Amino acid sequence: MQLQVNPAQQAMLQRVARFSGAELRLAPMSIGQRFLKLGEQLWLLWDHLLGLLALTGQLLLDLLTLVRSPRCGPWRDMSGHLYRIGATALPVTALVGFMIGIVLAYLMSRQLRQFGADTFIVNILGIGLIRELGPMLAAILIAGRSGSAITAQIGVMRVTEELDAMRVMGIAQGYRLVLPRALACAVAMPLISVWTTLAALLGGMLAADAVLGVTPAYFFATLPRAVEIGNLWLALGKSMVFGVLIALVGCHYGLRVKPNTESLGQGTTASVVTSITVVLLVDALFAVVFKNVGI
Amino acid sequence: MNTRRAVVEIDKLWSVFHSRGVDTVVHQDLSLRIAAGELLSVVGGSGSGKTVLLRQLLGLETPARGRVTVLGADASRMGRAGAASRVGMLFQHGALFSAFSVLDNIAFPLRELKTLPADLVRDAAMVKLRMVGLEASAAHKMPADLSGGMVKRAALARALIMDPPLLLLDEPTAGLDPGSADAFCALLKSLHQELNLTVVMVTHDLDTLLALSTRIAVVADKHIVAEGTAAQVMAQPHPFIQAYFWGERGQRARALLHDSSKAG
Repeated sequence: MQLQVNPAQQAMLQRVARFSGAELRLAPMSIGQRFLKLGEQLWLLWDHLLGLLALTGQLLLDLLTLVRSPRCGPWRDMSGHLYRIGATALPVTALVGFMIGIVLAYLMSRQLRQFGADTFIVNILGIGLIRELGPMLAAILIAGRSGSAITAQIGVMRVTEELDAMRVMGIAQGYRLVLPRALACAVAMPLISVWTTLAALLGGMLAADAVLGVTPAYFFATLPRAVEIGNLWLALGKSMVFGVLIALVGCHYGLRVKPNTESLGQGTTASVVTSITVVLLVDALFAVVFKNVGI
Repeated sequence: MNTRRAVVEIDKLWSVFHSRGVDTVVHQDLSLRIAAGELLSVVGGSGSGKTVLLRQLLGLETPARGRVTVLGADASRMGRAGAASRVGMLFQHGALFSAFSVLDNIAFPLRELKTLPADLVRDAAMVKLRMVGLEASAAHKMPADLSGGMVKRAALARALIMDPPLLLLDEPTAGLDPGSADAFCALLKSLHQELNLTVVMVTHDLDTLLALSTRIAVVADKHIVAEGTAAQVMAQPHPFIQAYFWGERGQRARALLHDSSKAG
């Protein structure tokens, strides 16, 4: 059998033959190379820790500068971040808090009813939401929402050479970029935490009324006795720490973005994952250190 | 040899980048002297390290070896202390702060000093705005609302707000249409003469190069392979110079050079 091709097809086949070559296959990594790769990863982790430490130290120095001359502080930037990080997060945090409150109350009600301990739902919801879940939920939401935004904003400034322009103008990046964001997060985070907790308590209270017949009046009357004020202070304190950590992690990854879009995407993802992990670790630390407070 | 005061002195510069365990040498024993009042253009192939050279002058990169002196000071130590008042920089894409209006962008370096009253800073910014040929109505626009040419002009105004004696330009006409590029070249030429600036420009564009440069330095093979006037550089036998100036585009370059020598 003979195969016939027209000139156009023949030209195409010749072109394919001309530019065809053996595929370059990378040799699999040897054990030694894998070991070196692991070492590289550990160095990278150490580098990140040092970077975060340096950023924290710079933040403290910038705070001192701010205390010395508060009139020259970046207040305009801070108020803008306060609005973006705080005010615009209110609807989503309220919704998530409210839903979690309902879910918790429904799940608890089934267990409590078996022991005839219906009224203890106020204690469980009160301590659980005010001390732990409220601040934690708010922190995770803010880490995902604002932590990523902080990294993306600063990372885009790297891609568009705005960070270089700042350096050329002699403008301190820590004072103009990190300090306002860290202050805004430190102020906004406790407020959002209280707001999320209130929404969750509202959801829990309505669900408790519907399922267990625990009236809102009883809920309001019992809550102050069930939850010591120490829990609220602890929640506010750790929310502030969470806020600063989220801002620092966001800024850290933003400042390390390289001027390409792939690095920007990787930095933003790493920022969210790291800040949520850091929040969980620090929360565990708070739980251990302050185990005698408010309980 | 130019006997005027040296504004920039680069002595046996090595620029080395380390990535994924591999060292990449960009500059090797690169030396260059730029005298006051010159408009020196740096040309070279893609990846030859022209922009890295500008970043070395700004202190944004640290030399692996050698020394970069800008206005009598070590460039790598140009920190917060007055870097902006010494060197103005026009970045390739403008690098305007996207959250600020044009006027705020131009006024930003001066405002950060916190030594002048707000109305004086504003007036100074408006003067620079008009100096670069922008209308007063552009002052309150955001960078996203500007055309490419307007972004370059606003960024140039910001680079000049502190009246620096040295101006660095990274691809000043990149991304502009021929008409806008010619107008921007004319603006740069008049500012160079009127403000008595020393200018270092990195460009790929042959028209811009020949229209503006008082001297040209060619970066290839990790160092300066030729420097001098356009005619002196074009006479060099280096393969890059031959390809760049005497290739197909070179016909036009020679015609331009001929025209400008007749006009001058």
